Amino acid sequence: MERLTVADTIREITRNHLTEHNGLLMGQAVSAVGWVNNTVPDCPGIIELPMSDVAGAGIAVGSALVGRRTIFVIRFQDFLILNGSPLIFYAAKIKELHNRPAPIFVRAIAAEGIGPVHSGVLHSIFMHFPGFRVCAPMTPGEYRAIWKDYLEHDDPMIVSEHRISYGNTEEINDMYVPDPDITLYAISSTRFEVGKAARLLADDGIRCSIVHLYWLKPFVVDERLSHPLMRSRIGMVIDSGHEICGAAQAIAYALSEATGYRVAALGTEDKTKCLCEPHQNKAPDAQRIYLAVKQLMESDDLVL
Amino acid sequence: MRSADFGVNPGLPKLAREEVSLKLFYRMCLARYFDLGVVQASEQGRINIPVYLSLGQEAISAAMSMVIPEFQIFAQHRCHATYLTFGGDPAKLRDELLGLPTGCSGGRAGSNCLQSHEGSMTMFGHHGLIGENVPLGVGAAMGSNKPTVCFFGDGAAEEDYVFSAMAFAVTKQLPVLFVCEDNNLSILTPVKDRRSWDMTKVAAALGMPAVQFSDDPWMILHETERLSKQLPAFIDCFTCRANWHVGVGTDGPPEWDRFQLVKERLAKQGLTDQAEKIEREVQERMNKLWNA
Ligand SMILES: Cc1ncc(C[n+]2csc(CCOP(=O)(O)OP(=O)(O)O)c2C)c(N)n1
Ligand SMILES: [Mg+2]
Repeated sequence: MERLTVADTIREITRNHLTEHNGLLMGQAVSAVGWVNNTVPDCPGIIELPMSDVAGAGIAVGSALVGRRTIFVIRFQDFLILNGSPLIFYAAKIKELHNRPAPIFVRAIAAEGIGPVHSGVLHSIFMHFPGFRVCAPMTPGEYRAIWKDYLEHDDPMIVSEHRISYGNTEEINDMYVPDPDITLYAISSTRFEVGKAARLLADDGIRCSIVHLYWLKPFVVDERLSHPLMRSRIGMVIDSGHEICGAAQAIAYALSEATGYRVAALGTEDKTKCLCEPHQNKAPDAQRIYLAVKQLMESDDLVL
Repeated sequence: MRSADFGVNPGLPKLAREEVSLKLFYRMCLARYFDLGVVQASEQGRINIPVYLSLGQEAISAAMSMVIPEFQIFAQHRCHATYLTFGGDPAKLRDELLGLPTGCSGGRAGSNCLQSHEGSMTMFGHHGLIGENVPLGVGAAMGSNKPTVCFFGDGAAEEDYVFSAMAFAVTKQLPVLFVCEDNNLSILTPVKDRRSWDMTKVAAALGMPAVQFSDDPWMILHETERLSKQLPAFIDCFTCRANWHVGVGTDGPPEWDRFQLVKERLAKQGLTDQAEKIEREVQERMNKLWNA
């Protein structure tokens, strides 16, 4: 049997939800232009929204409020700034305010290198607000796990997807080395780069353990996360979103608080993502991770 | 253009059955005397959260609740009258305003975000953004296939997402009644200083039946009855807010006093005694509620 890609997994989960469980899927132009990278099935329950980003999100939340467990597709995460209003202000608050849930499943899709309004990675913003569960699954197994979690809870969930993952068929495992010099925690698309960076660093004699993160909120520092850091005594969290006030910094802080060890953060620079090179400000790739780790390990103030 | 009798058919009260007119009045009294209790409790310092009173505007939901009691309700921030006339428990509203766990949202939400999911009533609370309830109501109508009413103010009507949600309801032919409780004010800014266009014309241009008239409750009964069979539809109902936007103070007399006008109409129908009795009873009940 052919192995399912992440895109196949999303499509089949959706098909089952829509045809067997009275679910809905809403979004703009979801049944056109390749059916959102072939992640949307051709079946009943799909609602084309007009290009009204704020109202559209409100309509989707309203349908979740009456029990449809709506999948809301956002083709580019940057649109979340507009779509975010009913999500942040209503879906996320309504359970605590009125004891009525609005469990909407937000498929927020990130991409890379296509300019200022199509390359954003915005999961950090949603980690900031109470009421959301936030995740960034990059493998078929992770996607199935987060879907199960969504069904087991009644919270709105922000699923920070990345186009780069859609063709992936493999699970991505943590990697531990004996006597590590540093532990690298990778999020979103950087997970496909961190292994390469570790190999470059190994050539320079720097041994890296790698921990893959796809649950961003609630964020629990369990043994899997803390143990390698206790051994390496220094860590770095790498994310595809902006570094300043972003997931990388927030999680680095949580790991540092939990273990007492220094954990650095690496994300995109504090610059607009322009369309053309060299101004694309892409997510950290292997080379950038390599350089950032080298710089960290060589810095004078590094006290272990 | 705004006046107490704008667009109103003066012959309707005569055609209405007595018990309908009296029930209508009873519901107006309920909202009115509850809010007068709020004024007192606020002045006494017992309520110390912001309150958005319905005083002056009671006729709209009092009449609508008679015709569409089973609709899902998505109210605006000024929603005491909506809650009470559609059957919300007054004690739970009082407790909500007092911040008690026995309030309709456990004392967490307050005056502008009321909900009730008891008996046959389904009223979803919003969270304080004007007009946010309109796309939510449209989505709920779509998701549940249940008829839905969205109340919003003339200010909220200007929110871009209100307009686009109404347009979507037309596209999908959703069973939603859109009701603008048009008191001509957004806080203190009158409509004429905010826009040159007319929401009723916009709604009509979107392709839904759209009407505009003043808050005569018999007219509201009549039009709600008619339009609830042609959803989606839009009603722009001129009304007068008697008190401040938020809080219990007043800025002089409102343009018209609908409560008084309704009493005069009932007198004309020979219903003075019954009306006075109803008013007295509700007043006593609300006195008890607030002084319990
Ligand atoms: C999205 C949003 N913008 C602004 C406000 C501030 N605000 C609260 S009530 C109000 C006036 C609304 O007027 P209207 O919709 O006509 O309702 P009314 O108070 O007159 O009943 C405003 C501007 C808000 N709550 N939400
Ligand atoms: Mg107003």
